[in-house]
Amino acid sequence: MAKNPEEEHPVKAFGWAARDSSGVLSPFHFSRRENGDDDVTVKIFYCGVCHSDLHVAKNEWGFTNYPIVPGHEIVGIVTKVGKQVQKFRVGDKVGVGVLVGSCKSCEGCQQDLENYCPQLVFTYNSIDCDGTKTYGGYSDVIVVHQRYVLRFPDNLPSDAGAPLLCAGITVYSPMKYYGMTEPGKHLGVAGLGGLGHVAVKFGKAFGLKVTVISGSQSKEVEAINRLGADSFLVTSDPAKMKAAIGTMDFIIDTISAVHPLLPLLSLLRLNGKLVTVGLPNKPLELPIFPLVLGRKLIGGSDAGGMKETQEMLDFCAKNNITADIELIKMDEINKAMERLAKSDVRYRFVIDVGNSLSHP
Amino acid sequence: MTSIIKKSPEEQHRQKAFGWAARDASGVLSPFKFSRRATGDEDVTFKVLYCGICHSDLHNIKNEWGSSTYPLVPGHEIVGIVTEVGSKVQKFKVGDRVGVGCLVGACHSCDSCSQHLENYCPKMVLTYKSIDYDGNTTYGGYSDIMVVNEHYAIHFPENLPLDAGAPLLCAGITVYSPLKYYGLDKPGLHIGVVGLGGLGHVAVKFAKAFGVKVTVISTSPAKMSEAIQHLGADAFLVSRDPEQLQGAMGTMDGIIDTVSAFHPLMPLIGLLKSDGKLVMVGAPEKPLELAVFPLLAGRKTVAGSMIGGLKETQEMIDFAGKHNITADVEVIPMDYVNTAMERLVKADVRYRFVIDIANTLRAD
Repeated sequence: MAKNPEEEHPVKAFGWAARDSSGVLSPFHFSRRENGDDDVTVKIFYCGVCHSDLHVAKNEWGFTNYPIVPGHEIVGIVTKVGKQVQKFRVGDKVGVGVLVGSCKSCEGCQQDLENYCPQLVFTYNSIDCDGTKTYGGYSDVIVVHQRYVLRFPDNLPSDAGAPLLCAGITVYSPMKYYGMTEPGKHLGVAGLGGLGHVAVKFGKAFGLKVTVISGSQSKEVEAINRLGADSFLVTSDPAKMKAAIGTMDFIIDTISAVHPLLPLLSLLRLNGKLVTVGLPNKPLELPIFPLVLGRKLIGGSDAGGMKETQEMLDFCAKNNITADIELIKMDEINKAMERLAKSDVRYRFVIDVGNSLSHP
Repeated sequence: MTSIIKKSPEEQHRQKAFGWAARDASGVLSPFKFSRRATGDEDVTFKVLYCGICHSDLHNIKNEWGSSTYPLVPGHEIVGIVTEVGSKVQKFKVGDRVGVGCLVGACHSCDSCSQHLENYCPKMVLTYKSIDYDGNTTYGGYSDIMVVNEHYAIHFPENLPLDAGAPLLCAGITVYSPLKYYGLDKPGLHIGVVGLGGLGHVAVKFAKAFGVKVTVISTSPAKMSEAIQHLGADAFLVSRDPEQLQGAMGTMDGIIDTVSAFHPLMPLIGLLKSDGKLVMVGAPEKPLELAVFPLLAGRKTVAGSMIGGLKETQEMIDFAGKHNITADVEVIPMDYVNTAMERLVKADVRYRFVIDIANTLRAD
């Protein structure tokens, strides 16, 4: 008989969980494993609200195993380290992102690409090596194997830096892999939300010309004045779209709804690359002629490995890059999710777990 | 009132020419008198000996892509012997073996042209069915002579037979270019080749010459022994067999997809390893379905490629010469061409028809 979440493990934990596909979150008592020899225990201060949290809370991808505690943009302080832990000490500021486990022996893991390990364990809604379910960062404490813990730079604010642990690496990794770091090249960022706004910041830090591609005019002033984008393109303006044909070297597509690819492909020049990091829950239509006629490609990317995530955080610390956030209390999470569904946030909610997650 | 009197194909140019053309979208070809320009200072004129039949010829004569203008003389896998060169021609002399592929002109000033990628020039001129810079329609290689700017003429190595080498000028470069560009030419890699026709069989040969392991992916089990025994493929996978597909999941660094009919992409994406590339060289007209999760979950890409530039085409022919790579061909007389087209629709050819122009194209 499956143990109830409170009794599975010896360390008491408390958080907020979704119990069914309404996605509504509420207080939830559960437990964490004893801190093992390779483990680090983290008292959680902040946790970003990623759009994936919403998708999973409502079972939009069809593989949610309730109850789930979402949250994979976690920042906190180390309170305990196991005997074999060298890299961290009690009191260190650390982060935990999208993964908490992998096989450590496959090609992916050996190349520091744990995010492509066929046996990877997600921070929440996954089954860990001990057979128990993983619970995420909308909670007070988490116990993680040291390999999956990140050193959080001191000069990065913990609240505005938390979203980097998913949104940040999700755009940083493909920008490096697909060669979007050559100064002077032209990057399009489709969708201006959590992922998109960070992509604009990275793009500018890499010395690229950045155009935000959006369905509505409303975000134009922000995009240019506050985020530093060089230009703004509204997809529903045929004249502007026509003028922009064949002008971009790359596009990062962060849009998570089903959307047409042909207009985006046409914006690319010869050898252009469209990289999709948003996760629509239905297939997209891919026209092949534009790929063939312009030697273009469409590629995917999924978060990043641990080494690269650390590199990304250090890059952000050096270049003062953080997310634009709205800090909320734990009990405001359901309202925040409703607003997130309407993209009504500039540009990530972050839960002030440390100050507002109180045991009832 | 002024009117522009369009000159007939026979009167447009100075040199008489003869070939076979399609007159309408039935695609039926028949004898056709026309003309070629006089040999200009930078031109090479040659007597056509052989011309390969590319599946694009079939698409075009039947106006399947909607852009055909008639009368249409197809043919862009053309080989022959030089009979005249213009005064500024440096690279060729009378008597040389020469080939012409899919392009006969480009702007020479855009970014693509300056990178030797004339095949991506927005103003490129195709060997047939295009409007040349002098305003006249281009006619292809199902004809007795060709006149072409030397930039677009390819030296044909002495050791490559002209008949079996002709299809390399389109089929060859179409698969060679992406194998190089997408890094699928490194020894020890594993690639899949989808579709075993004109493009597919040449892809297998080039890949083996690069030292790459090759699995042919086909809907017809009947092609297995050919693929392995004759073409040298390492393995064969029937794409309609779910068990075979399952067994090969996550094993390929790249796939060259030569199939232009509508077909599912997802099983092919599943065959790729992490970072694997699915390269489309056949071009289905309608969009295909792309489920995004599998693409993301392995950082995989779907990409396209279209023929190749002239520099790379010469490199490809020289490579073929060095490794004795030719197409597998069925040589036919000119007047068999309509039957050949009917057989091509049914993929009933191993693996390219080549028209024996010199011996069988007769002006009536």
